[in-house]
Amino acid sequence: MIALSDYLTLAAILFAISVAGIFINRKNVIVLLMCVELMLLAVNINFIAFSHFLGDTAGQVFVFFILTVAAAEAAIGLAILVVLFRSKGSINVQDMDALKG
Amino acid sequence: MTLEKLIFYVLAAVILVAATMVVTRRNPVHSALFLILTFVASSGVWMLAEAEFLAIALVLVYVGAVMVLFLFVLMMLDIDLATLRAGFIKMLPLGIVMALAMAAELILVVGPKNFGLDVVAAPARHGAEYSNTEALGGVLYTVYMYPFEVAAVILLVAIIAAIGLTMRRRTDTKYLNPSQQVLVKRDDRVRLVSMEADKG
Amino acid sequence: MEKIYLTLVLAPLIGAILAGFFGAKLGRKGAHWVTSTGVGLSALLSLYVLYRFMAGTLEVFNGPVYTWMVSDGLHMEVGFLVDQLTAVMISVVSFVSFCVHIYTIGYMADDEHNWPKTSLAGINSYQRFFSYISLFTFSMLMLVMSNNFMQLFFGWEAVGLVSYLLIGFWSVRPTAIFANLKAFLVNRVGDFGFILGIAAVAMYTNSLDYAEVFAKAPSLADTQIHIWGDTGWSLMSVIGILLFVGAMGKSAQVPLHVWLPDSMEGPTPISALIHAATMVTAGIFMVARMSPLYELSETALSFVLVIGATTAFFTGLIGIVQNDIKRVVAYSTLSQLGYMMVALGASAYAAGIFHLMTHAFFKALLFLAAGSVIIGMHHDQDIRNMGGVRKYMPWTYWTSLVGSLALIGFPGFSGFFSKDAIIEAVHHSEIAGASYAYLMVVAGVFVTALYSFRMFFLVFHGEGPRDEHAKHHIHESPKVVTVPLVLLAIPSVFLGYLAIGPMLFGDWFEGVIFVLPEHNTLEHIGEHFHGSMGFILHGMMGLPFYLAMGGLFVAWYIYMKNPAIADRVKTTLAPIYQLLDKKYWFDEVYQAVFGAGSRGLGKFLWLAGDRGLIDGLAVNGSAYTVGKLAALVRHVQTGYLYHYAIAMILGLLLLLTWFIYV
Repeated sequence: MIALSDYLTLAAILFAISVAGIFINRKNVIVLLMCVELMLLAVNINFIAFSHFLGDTAGQVFVFFILTVAAAEAAIGLAILVVLFRSKGSINVQDMDALKG
Repeated sequence: MTLEKLIFYVLAAVILVAATMVVTRRNPVHSALFLILTFVASSGVWMLAEAEFLAIALVLVYVGAVMVLFLFVLMMLDIDLATLRAGFIKMLPLGIVMALAMAAELILVVGPKNFGLDVVAAPARHGAEYSNTEALGGVLYTVYMYPFEVAAVILLVAIIAAIGLTMRRRTDTKYLNPSQQVLVKRDDRVRLVSMEADKG
Repeated sequence: MEKIYLTLVLAPLIGAILAGFFGAKLGRKGAHWVTSTGVGLSALLSLYVLYRFMAGTLEVFNGPVYTWMVSDGLHMEVGFLVDQLTAVMISVVSFVSFCVHIYTIGYMADDEHNWPKTSLAGINSYQRFFSYISLFTFSMLMLVMSNNFMQLFFGWEAVGLVSYLLIGFWSVRPTAIFANLKAFLVNRVGDFGFILGIAAVAMYTNSLDYAEVFAKAPSLADTQIHIWGDTGWSLMSVIGILLFVGAMGKSAQVPLHVWLPDSMEGPTPISALIHAATMVTAGIFMVARMSPLYELSETALSFVLVIGATTAFFTGLIGIVQNDIKRVVAYSTLSQLGYMMVALGASAYAAGIFHLMTHAFFKALLFLAAGSVIIGMHHDQDIRNMGGVRKYMPWTYWTSLVGSLALIGFPGFSGFFSKDAIIEAVHHSEIAGASYAYLMVVAGVFVTALYSFRMFFLVFHGEGPRDEHAKHHIHESPKVVTVPLVLLAIPSVFLGYLAIGPMLFGDWFEGVIFVLPEHNTLEHIGEHFHGSMGFILHGMMGLPFYLAMGGLFVAWYIYMKNPAIADRVKTTLAPIYQLLDKKYWFDEVYQAVFGAGSRGLGKFLWLAGDRGLIDGLAVNGSAYTVGKLAALVRHVQTGYLYHYAIAMILGLLLLLTWFIYV
C-alpha cells in the first residue's frame, strides 16, 4: 500500500529540485518560470495526497484553483517576459538590474 | 511490493529525473519538453490517488495550454545559446547544498515517522460507480461557488493583463474614435475666410 | 454689601480697561476722567466701609465670589475677606491712588516731550499711564481683599507686573529698561520662596483658604518637615521664613532691596504710589495677615526682626550720601519698611500696620512734593543744584515740611506715634535678636532725621538755584499738583493722634490679628498708655526724641551754617563714604555673580547643550547615522532577481529549520 509519506516525500524532493533550479539558473528567465511551475506541481501533489487520505474533496478543489491561478500567472509572466525581451533584447537574468539600489 | 506500489515508484522516478533534467539542460526547449514529461508522469500519480478529473485537467490545461505557451514564447524569442552556457558551474555546489538541506528537512517532517501507514491509515478505495468528476462538481458548484466565480474573474484579468502588456499598435492603421466624432463642432471643420475677389 | 465690595474692586479695573484699550478714542481728558472716577469711587466706598467698621455696624465678610477650579480637593477661587485690616488697607490704597491720579494729571501733562518723535510707545502715553495706575489699584485691592492664598498670589504677581510696566514706562531710556527688569527679577527671587511657602501650606493643610489654614495651624505647631535627609525642621518656621522671603522681595528688605532705588527711573507719581505707599507694603500686609502662622514660630519672627532691623539702619545710612532727590526718599522708604518689619517681628502687628498707614501718607506726600520740585526745576533732580525753593513754591514747601516732620517722628505728627510705638514694642520684646533690633531702630532715628533734613535744607533753604535759567522759570506747580499734597498732608498730621488709641491699644484688630500672650508686647505698652496726649508727653522724654532733634540740629548746622564740614567729613571718612556711595557693593556683587553667572550658564547651555548635543548629536547625528546606514544597506539591493530569490529561499530555509528544531 502506498503510504501518505510516500506522496509527501515525492513532493518534498520535487520542491527541493525546483529550489535548486532557481539557484542554479542564472541565464534563462524562462527556466526560472518553469521551476516555479514545478514548485506548484509539488504543492499540488501534496494536496491531492491529503485529499485522498483524509477523504475530503476540499483538497482537490484547492488544486483546481491552484491550476487556474498558475495558468493565469504563467500567461502574465510570459507576457512580461515578451515585453522585457522587446525592450532589452535578451533574457539574460544578469542583465536585469534596473532595480539596483 | 504490490503492483500499485511498483507503478508509483516508476512514475516517481520519472518525475524526479525529468525535473532534474528541466533544471540542468542548456537548451531551454529541452527543459520545456522535460517539463511536459514531468507533468504527464505526475498526472499518472494523481490517478493513483483517485483524482481522475484533475489528472486529466492537468494534462489538458498544463501540458496542452501552459507548456504550449511556454514553447511559443521560447520559439519567439531569439535566444543566443552560447552565452547561456557560461556561469552554470559556479552556483552548482551551493544550489545542491541548499536543495539537499531543504529536502532533508522536509523529509524529516513528512517522513514515515509522522505520516507513515501506521499513523495515517490507507483509505478505503471507492467503488466502480464513484465518479470523481461528479463528486468534484457537486462540491464546486455549491460550497465553493464564490471562489469559483473569483477564479473566473482572475482568468479574465489575466487575459486583459496579457493583452494590455504586449499589444502593439500599428501606427499606420486608420480607425475612428466615435466619442471624438460626436464632440466635433462646426468651427473644428469649417473656417470661413473673407477674401477679396481676384482682380484681373 | 457684597455689591459694594465688588464695585470697589472692579471700578478701577473698568477704568483701566477703558483707558487702556480705548485711550486713543477717549483722548487725554476722557482717559483721566474715567480712571480717576473709577478710583475715586473706590476710595469713597473704601472710606464708607472703614466708617462702618469704626461705627461697629459692619460684620466681617468672608466669602467666595467665583470658583476657578477644584483640583484634588484644593479649591482655587476668587473670594473676599473684608475685616478691619482689609478696611484699613483698602482705604489707604484707594485714597493714595486717588490723590496720585489727580496729581498725575498735572505731572504727566507734557509727557510727549519725553518721547522721541518716532517712538510708537510715545503715542497716547498719557492714557497708557492712567490705565496702568488704575490697573495697579485693582491688583492691589485684589491682593488685600483676598481670602485665599491663590488670589493673594495673583494680586502679588499682578502688582509686580504693573510695577514692571510702570518703572519702564519711558521705555526708550535704557536705564529705565534695566531698572524694570531688575525689579521684576529680584521680585521673582522673592516669589520663588513665596510660592514654596504657599505650597508647604497647601501640602500640610490641604487648603488655600485663610480661614481653614488658620484653623488648622495650631495643630501643626509641632510638626516637623524633612527637606534634606533626616534633619527635621519646624514646619511653621519653614513656612514663615519662605513666605517672608516673598515679602523680602516685594517689600525690599536686605538683601533683595536692590531694585527699589533703581525703580526711581519711573515717573514720580508711581514712585509715590507703588514704591512708597502700596506695593511695597504688600509684604508687610501679608505678614500681618499671616499672624496666626507667624505666632507659632519664634524662629520666623526672629528672622523677620533681624532682617527688618538691618534694613532699617543700613539703608538709611545710604540715604545720607545721595544727591538725587528721589533717591533720598527711596532709601528713606527702604529704611521705614525695615521699621515696619521690625514691628511685625516683635509681634506688634498692629504697630506695623499703623506705621504702614501713616507712612503711606507722609511718604507719598514727600514723593509727590519731590515731584513738584522736579517740575519746578524743569526735571533736574540733583539737590546740589537746588536751594531756596521755599521762596518760589510755598505750598510745596509747607507740605514737605509737614511730611519731613512726620517722617522723623516729631511729636504730635502721625509718624511720631507709629515710630515710637514700634521702638517701645521692640524694647519690650524678648525674642532672639530683639536687643540688636532695638539698637538699630533707635540709631535709625538719628539717621532718618539727618538725611531727611539734609535734603530739606539743601532743597528749600539757602540762596536759590544756581542755574540762572532755572531761577527764572521756577514757580509753584498747578492746583492739580498741590491739592493732592494738601490732601495727603492732613492725615500726616492728624491720623496718628486719632488712630493710635483704638488701633494699637483698643480692640480694632481683635479677631483679625492673632498674638500669643507671651509675645504680646503691645499689651505691655498698653498698660502705660493714657491717651494720645500722654503718649506725646511721654515720648518727649524718651531717647528717640532727643536723637531726632539731634539729627535735625546736625543737619541744620552742617548744611545751613557750615557746609565746609560736609566736605571735610567726606575726605576724612573717605572709605565709609565709598562704602555708602556704592551701596555696600550689593549691585556689583549681584551683577557679577548672578547676572554674569546666569549669562555664562546660558551661553554654555546654548553652545554645548543646544548646538552641540541636541542639534549636533541628536538631530544632525541621527540624520548622519541614518544616511551612513542607508549607504551601507543599499548594496543589498543589487537589482538581480536571482539574488532576491536566493535571499527568499535562504530565509525560508532558516525559518523551516527554526520551526523544526525549536
